[in-house]
Amino acid sequence: MTITLNSKIPAGSINDKWNTYKEDAKLVAPGNKRKFKVIVVGSGLAGASAAATMAELGYQVDVFTFHDSPRRAHSIAAQGGINAAKNYQGDGDSVHRLFYDTIKGGDFRSREANVHRLAEVSVNIIDQMVSQGVPFAREYGGMLDNRSFGGAQVSRTFYARGQTGQQLLLGAYQQLARQIGLGNVRMFNRTELVDVVTIEDRCAGIVTRDLVNGEVVSHSAHAVVMATGGYGNVFYLSTNAMACNVTAAWRAHRNGATFANPCYTQIHPTCIPQSDPTQSKLTLMSESLRNDGRVWVPQNPDETRPAAQVPETERDYILERLYPSYGNLAPRDISSRAAKRSVDSGRGVGPLKNGVYLDFSDAINRLGKDVVEERYGNLFEMYERIAGENPYDMPMRIYPASHYTMGGLWVDYELMTNIPGLYAAGEANFSDHGANRLGASALMQGLADGYFVLPYTIGNYLAPMLNKPIPGTDHPAFKAAELAAQARYQGYVDIKGTRSPDYFHREVGRIIWDYCGMERTQQGLEKALSELPALYEEFQKDLRVTGDTESMNQTLEKAGRVDDFFQLGMLMCRDALEREESCGGHFRAEYQTDEGEATRDDEKFAHVAAWEWTGDPTKSIRHQEELNFEAIHLATRSYK
Amino acid sequence: MSNHLKNLKLKIWRQSGPTDKGHFEDHIMPEISDEASFLEMLDVLNEGLIGENKLPVVFDHDCREGICGTCSLMINGQAHGPERSTATCQLHMRKFKSGDEIVIEPWRASAFPIIKDLMVDRSAFDRIIESGGFISANTGGAPDANLIPIPKSVADAAMDSAQCIGCGACVAACPNGAANLFTAAKIAHLNLLPQGQAERFKRTEAMVETMDEYFGSCTNHGECEAACPKEISIDVIALMNKDYRKSKFKNRKEISRN
Repeated sequence: MTITLNSKIPAGSINDKWNTYKEDAKLVAPGNKRKFKVIVVGSGLAGASAAATMAELGYQVDVFTFHDSPRRAHSIAAQGGINAAKNYQGDGDSVHRLFYDTIKGGDFRSREANVHRLAEVSVNIIDQMVSQGVPFAREYGGMLDNRSFGGAQVSRTFYARGQTGQQLLLGAYQQLARQIGLGNVRMFNRTELVDVVTIEDRCAGIVTRDLVNGEVVSHSAHAVVMATGGYGNVFYLSTNAMACNVTAAWRAHRNGATFANPCYTQIHPTCIPQSDPTQSKLTLMSESLRNDGRVWVPQNPDETRPAAQVPETERDYILERLYPSYGNLAPRDISSRAAKRSVDSGRGVGPLKNGVYLDFSDAINRLGKDVVEERYGNLFEMYERIAGENPYDMPMRIYPASHYTMGGLWVDYELMTNIPGLYAAGEANFSDHGANRLGASALMQGLADGYFVLPYTIGNYLAPMLNKPIPGTDHPAFKAAELAAQARYQGYVDIKGTRSPDYFHREVGRIIWDYCGMERTQQGLEKALSELPALYEEFQKDLRVTGDTESMNQTLEKAGRVDDFFQLGMLMCRDALEREESCGGHFRAEYQTDEGEATRDDEKFAHVAAWEWTGDPTKSIRHQEELNFEAIHLATRSYK
Repeated sequence: MSNHLKNLKLKIWRQSGPTDKGHFEDHIMPEISDEASFLEMLDVLNEGLIGENKLPVVFDHDCREGICGTCSLMINGQAHGPERSTATCQLHMRKFKSGDEIVIEPWRASAFPIIKDLMVDRSAFDRIIESGGFISANTGGAPDANLIPIPKSVADAAMDSAQCIGCGACVAACPNGAANLFTAAKIAHLNLLPQGQAERFKRTEAMVETMDEYFGSCTNHGECEAACPKEISIDVIALMNKDYRKSKFKNRKEISRN
């Protein structure tokens, strides 16, 4: 397949593009929709909402998740909130402002038209979720409450205590469950995608593996939606759930879908620092805490007094000092680097000196403990459970950790990858967040894609296929993919080496974190690119998976995922190496101002890098989609 | 600074599949940091088992932040272990002492058949939600979100019961294997809200009767509330029972208003 990256952006002014598109899109008549089968892989916000809506419209929908229930998807762990340009607070918010903030927050590396559409439909999301019974926080008069998030000077974030992701996901899950109950959706739990099948340059379906009995099965469809989340677990330690992985997206990539901007990864500034070598994951503390918490480190690297005894004059409130206009609500990439520099300069706090303080004592004095508890009670409890310290008495200790990945499968305006019939939605695609995502925008994007974009765009693709036969699962391409998948999983068992998949995951994660984490250099990336293939070879020779392929085998599942992380990791480093500029989450130490801020190179790099698989992840081919900014002017991002 | 626990005696349920009888297997955990979570302790055990060419212990887990509801485990006979309002993934080894014997079992309930070792099938919960645990609001056409004001106290009460993570601890802790707390939490969440009124009694009837197909009956032991990692109050069961009784009159006449 030759790669063409046609973004299919509709003509017209930025305000009209989405309406123009909807007016021009081809439709499938209600009675004909049941003749089309759509597969949705993943049941998070994007997947569940897309599946439920398409089933309501009348399509036959099959949904696949590796979880035991669609309600477990990792969207559930999002804490802080969801943005929408409702301007309920009357503080000057608008669709344009949300659009601009998102483009600027992404350091001018996202596609204008997609982001504007996101801001437009953001208001519909809140209406939809309230009508489904999502118990958002309310004021005493019964109206919806809002709070502020990083990178914004308005309060546009809707929330449900510290569990917004949970409530939104359960809302979407319940809509999905309704369609399952009505017989419009067939749900496949504990089933993992192991391959994507393309026939005659169209996506024809997928191959899955039943995690309970190991059975490998093909499924054909008119279209396939990948709503499979991000790849932040490539770092091993991250705030992602343990099972989050890149396998589905990677299998699509290996079958011809280009993978865009893999080096754009987000390191979230407020996570609980690592405390122990056995640690399996890091826990996020919501960004909303930065509304009332103040970030500081002692000025003296040798400070030994407890936080409360360090006088004001000997504290460095790093974000308030460096970014006075946004203060503690500076965007994530900027806040993370400020924390990293403080720790690197020896001023870190805690027993391992690997964190910075997030201090609520001023907020408690100003608002009272009750108000602080009302706002953040469950987050404070969670912190105490994990860190064993009470944040009402001593400041939290926080440090950045891998949290979200802006990169992902390349998609056009219709959310279709470069393979016709294969779509990507939510965190799995690359399109809306550029080089850095603003807080409370992931939930917005997942639901925008699933509820309000895909159900429109998919009809435009399906309409011309009416009454035309599609390849069935007896097609040789499906059979070949099944055999290859069986051989792949049997292969892991047959290596019979000495090291567990977790061992290799830790090792690959360490290399990626050290050289392709918060700060990258040419030298470091080249080092990673020489170490990774050697480690990958060791993986292929020395992996040990006990048990067999015909029963529940979590070690085997892990082996397949780590294998794909290796390949992705190499591509990430390649991408980071070739992007000779700093932007958002991609910070190349060679490209910074005297004050240590990211320096973009708009002349050379105002484009999307979309990678084509060649069989060897170190030899992938780089394609470019130029980013044209018509509605806004490229500017140096400043939060000072 | 972290301390280390020594010489933990683990008694773990092993069962190769749904039809296997199953048995306890003894393991010694020579040393573990008190900063480790309970599941990280099992990770260490499993790495060791792989090292010895043995099968690791299968258990369900995912977010490890206490919100996805995937993890389970009866620990010394208590669902999610000894710490109040804490899911197993957030339980830390600092709650144990060197030399402790720890008995680890799967959820035990006839509605949750064992898949392997400590992993069970909780899909009966999904059946209950599919029968009515939703508000029928198709995408598109929703009115403005602020059109219907919801008193803060009502929104808060709905949120209290909407916090359920669907882990199944309530069922595992119940001597009858009843799912009343799970079902009632969802019914209370939706029935309290103005948006949920249209289907209130139809929902309640369908969900209660689906629940009864799979699960045991509630006899007010209150073990479910004690085990719930989200501290959902059994008051919701009273609300459910009240609406279920009403539904038997209301639904016959297709009248769903109060």
